[in-house]
Amino acid sequence: MKHGKYPLIITFLVPPLLLYGIFVISPYLQAFQISTTDWLGYSSSANFVGLENFATLLRDEYLWNAVKNNLILLILLPILTIALGLFFATMLNMGGRRGTAGVVGVRGSSVYRLVYFFPQVLSVVIIAYVWKEVYNPNNGLLNGALRALGLPTPTWLGDPRTAFWAVLAVMVWSNVGFYVVLFGAAMQSIPRDIYEAALLDGSSRWTTLTRVTIPLLWDTVQVAWIYLAIAALDGFILVQQMTDGGPNHSSDVIGLRMYNTAFGSETKFGYASAIGVVMFFLTLSVAVLALRAARRERIEY
Amino acid sequence: MNRRDILRRTAAAGLLATPAAGLLTGCALGGGDEEDSGGETYVGTKTAENPLGVKEDAPLEVVIFNGGFGEEYAKAHEAMYKERYPKAEIKHSATQEINKTLQPRFVDGTPPDVVNNSGAGQIDFNGLVSQNALADLGELLDAPSLDVPGKTVRETLLPGAVDVGSYDGKFLVLNYTYTVYGIWYSTKLFADRGWEYPKTWDEHIALCREIKKAGIAPWTYAGKHPRYMSWPVLSTAVKLGGLDVAKAIDNLEPNAWKSEAMKAAADAWYQIVKDGFILEGSPGLDHIQSQTAWCQGKAAFISCGSWLESEQKNVTPPGFNMSVAPTPSLSSGDKLPFEAIRGTAGEPFMVPAKAKNRAGGLEYFRTMLSMKGAQDFTRKVSSLTVVANSTQGIELPFGLSSVVKALEASGANGFNWVYNNYYRKLERELVDAACGEFFSGRSTPAEFLDACQKGADQIAADSSIKKYRRA
Repeated sequence: MKHGKYPLIITFLVPPLLLYGIFVISPYLQAFQISTTDWLGYSSSANFVGLENFATLLRDEYLWNAVKNNLILLILLPILTIALGLFFATMLNMGGRRGTAGVVGVRGSSVYRLVYFFPQVLSVVIIAYVWKEVYNPNNGLLNGALRALGLPTPTWLGDPRTAFWAVLAVMVWSNVGFYVVLFGAAMQSIPRDIYEAALLDGSSRWTTLTRVTIPLLWDTVQVAWIYLAIAALDGFILVQQMTDGGPNHSSDVIGLRMYNTAFGSETKFGYASAIGVVMFFLTLSVAVLALRAARRERIEY
Repeated sequence: MNRRDILRRTAAAGLLATPAAGLLTGCALGGGDEEDSGGETYVGTKTAENPLGVKEDAPLEVVIFNGGFGEEYAKAHEAMYKERYPKAEIKHSATQEINKTLQPRFVDGTPPDVVNNSGAGQIDFNGLVSQNALADLGELLDAPSLDVPGKTVRETLLPGAVDVGSYDGKFLVLNYTYTVYGIWYSTKLFADRGWEYPKTWDEHIALCREIKKAGIAPWTYAGKHPRYMSWPVLSTAVKLGGLDVAKAIDNLEPNAWKSEAMKAAADAWYQIVKDGFILEGSPGLDHIQSQTAWCQGKAAFISCGSWLESEQKNVTPPGFNMSVAPTPSLSSGDKLPFEAIRGTAGEPFMVPAKAKNRAGGLEYFRTMLSMKGAQDFTRKVSSLTVVANSTQGIELPFGLSSVVKALEASGANGFNWVYNNYYRKLERELVDAACGEFFSGRSTPAEFLDACQKGADQIAADSSIKKYRRA
């Protein structure tokens, strides 16, 4: 069988690598090339301008504003989503204390599991649309509830103080379901007897979570962290659909800046590619840092 | 071999694949600096019957923006073209994403012959013009009209239609519809309450007080697209200070946004913010949400263009009878009379410079601009075209007939500005953001004008944006 190994590997590897090269690596390289030109996108000619686009970028206050927002997302989106995801997954898988022994979820956990996963089956555009209506200051669900309770009713997406946070809340909402399932599946693979031992020792739910579950789930949490960090550097669709970066650029993100520079209010493809190149390095370094920072001793079980 | 080794070797293989992929680069930019050859391949002989020299069996490709007007009207125009050139094959397509669909085709030099460059996915005209991507339509203007005897196409158009599509004196963009921008109200609501549309600013403020007392919000606006409110502010200023106010803004003159007229207009409009005349929550509404609140009678006035009636067709209650009116006069010394209203050609159509069938594209425009083509359009989509007198004999819906009346009353006093065509980013992003702050009460009139001026100065200082002059 030994001699047949390499032809097999090559047959399976070459087509995907070829596709990857054409549709992923080549556009990246082209973006690098275009970022050094003043290409305006609708003719086949462009002038080489060296690093001028990157110099402009350093002085572009709108871009820095967008970078700031992405950095806030980078910190808050993973923390909130992972915390909520872990909490819900714990409750669904081991929150119940009905039986005298054994580890079970809270009552009705199968229903909850389904409900949490709902946002995952909706397209992002639909999520944006639904939430735009929820946040409608006059007829929206949210302000309707606040009004019934006699609380103040903000304009949410229409106010620079709240718009960004309103979008962040939707990002967390739409992501959390997936991580509930991810963490839940990982928890299922933790041997039950560890929990039973913890129970016998009289450990509380909180101690079980922090001392037993999370250390055993660390690999999964780490993966979640990277996914979410990459998602936080994007955020384009939700922002474009819900606020278009407004009001007064308060909810702008880098992706939207790039899109508007090329396809929106201008056709500066060269400059937009420069923004894309910066985003590429930002995402890459965040992924590497997340991997490094989350590295821990692996626990085998 | 364990898992990690496989991964490592795969990564190495990926690196080896990179140089190969590198050979593919340069695709997006096309073949480099090849000469612009024009690309026109279909040329016929010019005759009296065929003044543009259409090759009668040349195929014609038309791309339509599938927005508020749909695509049926275009199919009718195409049928009219086909009637005259039965041997021509017409390829029709409609999309909402003009920019993303057509950008690669512009780059590799195979654009369609006719493009309706409109909607949210519109390609910025500044970029297209500065890259010489558009064909000169001048020849079309001097060709005889298809069915108005004795007149050239130019002579059949409403005033201002050619100016809007001209860049440095070249007519490059045919704006097909005629749009009026004004303040809209429900004739029924006003008749029921005994209110009358105010002709002066003081009357407007007095009426706003009365409307508010009656438990209705006097105003609402599209908080997500607050630039809709820049239109009445600019209109008020232009009527006060004359057309030069608009020209200074169009030409990016220093401090054009801080002229006396603009200051007076911004101060005046600030009152509807300060006195709480705007429907609460408006800053959080988009255009459809605010227009719907207005149709439901929650607000009395709204600023919009004449597409409003068809946009709101499905939610407007019967008998609502929307009417358009000019902005109230600020003072008795206004340079333009109360009746003066902003009218401009809109809905841009273009023939790419590298179109294979350029003459066919121009001829297609001649078909659209025939009396028959224009009347068919107005009947189908309830909108005016730039063809003068083309509404005769057509029964118009209530709102549109109010538009026609307003245009007639405005006559030669009609005005317009074009900075939004020259510098899309200035209106769509910068003035837009400034209006959002101003009409939600977060900035003062002076701060509002500063923000607009700052935006205009940024555009003026940006050497990568081509500048145009309005004469």
